[in-house]
Amino acid sequence: MTVRHSLSGTELEPLYTSEHLSDLHEELPGQYPYTRGIHPSGYRGRLWTMRQFSGFATAEQTNQRYKSMLANGQTGLSVAFDMPTLMGQDSDAPTSRGEIGHCGVAIDSLADMETLFGGIPLGDVSTSMTINSPAAILLCMYMGVAEKQGVPFSRLEGTLQNDILKEFIAQKEYIFPPEPSLRLVVDSIEYCMKEAPRWNTVSISGYHIREAGSTAAQELAFTLADGFAYVDACIERGLEVDDFAPRLSFFFDAHIDFFEEIAKFRAARRIWARHMRERYGAQDERSWKLRFHTQTAGVSLTAQQPELNIARTAIEALAAVMGGTQSLHTNAMDEVLALPTDRAARIALRTQQMIAHETGVANSVDPLGGSYLVEHLTQRMETRPRRTSSESTLSAAWSRRSRRASCRWRSPTPPSASSRSFEAGRRIVVGVNGFTSDDDDGELEILRIPLSLEREQVERVQEVRGRREQARAARALDQVRRAAASPRENLMPQHPRGRARLLHGGRDHGSHGGRVRPLHREGNNLDEGFRMTTELRRPCTPSGGPAAPVLAYEATAARAPVLAADPPAGAPGHRIPRRHSESLI
Amino acid sequence: MAQAPVKHVRIVMAKVGLDGHDRGIKVVARALRDAGYEVIYTGLRQTPEMVVDAALQEDAQVIGLSLHSGAHMTLFPAVVEELRKRDATDIVVFGGGIVPDEDIVELKQLGVAEIFTPGTPLHDIVEWLRHRFPEGP
Repeated sequence: MTVRHSLSGTELEPLYTSEHLSDLHEELPGQYPYTRGIHPSGYRGRLWTMRQFSGFATAEQTNQRYKSMLANGQTGLSVAFDMPTLMGQDSDAPTSRGEIGHCGVAIDSLADMETLFGGIPLGDVSTSMTINSPAAILLCMYMGVAEKQGVPFSRLEGTLQNDILKEFIAQKEYIFPPEPSLRLVVDSIEYCMKEAPRWNTVSISGYHIREAGSTAAQELAFTLADGFAYVDACIERGLEVDDFAPRLSFFFDAHIDFFEEIAKFRAARRIWARHMRERYGAQDERSWKLRFHTQTAGVSLTAQQPELNIARTAIEALAAVMGGTQSLHTNAMDEVLALPTDRAARIALRTQQMIAHETGVANSVDPLGGSYLVEHLTQRMETRPRRTSSESTLSAAWSRRSRRASCRWRSPTPPSASSRSFEAGRRIVVGVNGFTSDDDDGELEILRIPLSLEREQVERVQEVRGRREQARAARALDQVRRAAASPRENLMPQHPRGRARLLHGGRDHGSHGGRVRPLHREGNNLDEGFRMTTELRRPCTPSGGPAAPVLAYEATAARAPVLAADPPAGAPGHRIPRRHSESLI
Repeated sequence: MAQAPVKHVRIVMAKVGLDGHDRGIKVVARALRDAGYEVIYTGLRQTPEMVVDAALQEDAQVIGLSLHSGAHMTLFPAVVEELRKRDATDIVVFGGGIVPDEDIVELKQLGVAEIFTPGTPLHDIVEWLRHRFPEGP
């Protein structure tokens, strides 16, 4: 019989029986360690939040989309920002060219934020914001809008992604180096603990790690390790674990391998609960409970026969629900081509509504609990990350004290096992390397972002900058700068709401505003280039052992100082040329 | 890929724009390396000027661009334009990323030689290069 593997490369037996379960304890949902879910009644008490990630073009257009989605039964908002916003840049920065409003909404100032949430009462809606490096600033803007609406911060509900560690590991939208980035995260956690107790301060994200090519087990390992790193950092700050841990939340990917994904979600809860109780001594049950948002796998979507993505997404969403997610984004079929159209976004939302109201899967808690296969996979999923995590603790899972970002998992560069098997034709992706159609492209209408929008947004930011009180702006920035230099000071109250009207692009490109030095070049090798040839030009392992046959990083010393980063044991050397490093900013 | 490596086709691979999605370009870089080409990967967040600088310094015959943020209609042509300014239009530019079909047509008119979209087998990219440079990798 041929050997079969899961998408993540786990070898699967043709049949599972009780013999595969080493120790299956009778466990009920809502009970520690929450393998079967954090609520005793599952979705009977409350369905998951249907939270479609959305944002495009201008604040005004996105605001209209939000209102339409809320009118269509969506139960939470989730803001997608454009690249300049994610990178803390103003829309009129030269490197914002071509990017404005394309993969999210352009937010330059509090004025844009007010437009974004115009007519949406922030006291009645929960909002998730996918923002990391400038997360603290966007939170201030959100609070600024709340204040204007007369909504007390104590009523604000929502989630700030604010997970900088996974940026260094996978998504790479970092601005500052790890240490000050982490300080900003802890500052915002500490601030929200007191001021906005219902706000989820960090959404510790495996999604991006998975989408960047990890396996399910690696996604778990790195995400949970990031979570523990935040817990450590907060404890180091002097915070009590039960004061902040209940507000940490998670964000996972739901990929296409159905049972493996369900097992991953179940194992995630179990691992987190055990660590929080046993390792950190948390007493409050809420600190033990891993709550998570899920997004279906963008990487599983295909540009060929894009309508098939509706089916893929439905299956992935079903896995998320069977795994007990607290909230869910279903990808639209056209997201492989562009941002979703109104119609595609509505179909994606309707898919969740079908799962909730037609299929009956929400009637009983943890419907696959007790399945030999799923319980076995859950057990394996629990032990795998532990191994991955301990193997990679130094190289990957983030040593806080390491200022150097040698934090990626072992092999993001070579194609993963799943893409190799795809290339070799062993793994079929319908419509791509099997079951193709000649007329597969169809006439899918896609959302176009007009280039004229760029000019409008640039004018808007320049107008705001023109009418603000320059002296006050300079004073406010100065205050932030001084606070930043004083490590004991929490930076969050230094961004008071009024001052949020400052542009968030402190990385100015003219004479205005202050300049936040983009420190991330120092000691960070993640976005550097390298040269690859067919030969290994020098031994790559620090121990002088056999060079890993992965990549030859050749330092081109003529134009590039060599980084003295510690290469993780066994991994290829990280002596990567820093090409054009001066002008990279 | 049993072909003997021939070193004279050099490819500068670059992530233009602000997005950090570099899995695709690294996988492609590796595949081209495996096919015998010399590949220089510039890293993230390159401006068109930086990419062309690198290509000229490296005496590259090919520039491979990757972008996933939707800025391709601005930044891919900007690379071609920069090559024109520097009198280096002999350098072949190709790209990859999330690019709708209509945009591909327009980009080709603007001087981008080829665009590969998600799901393209690596083999197809190698074949395309072999076709463009029949004398060897």
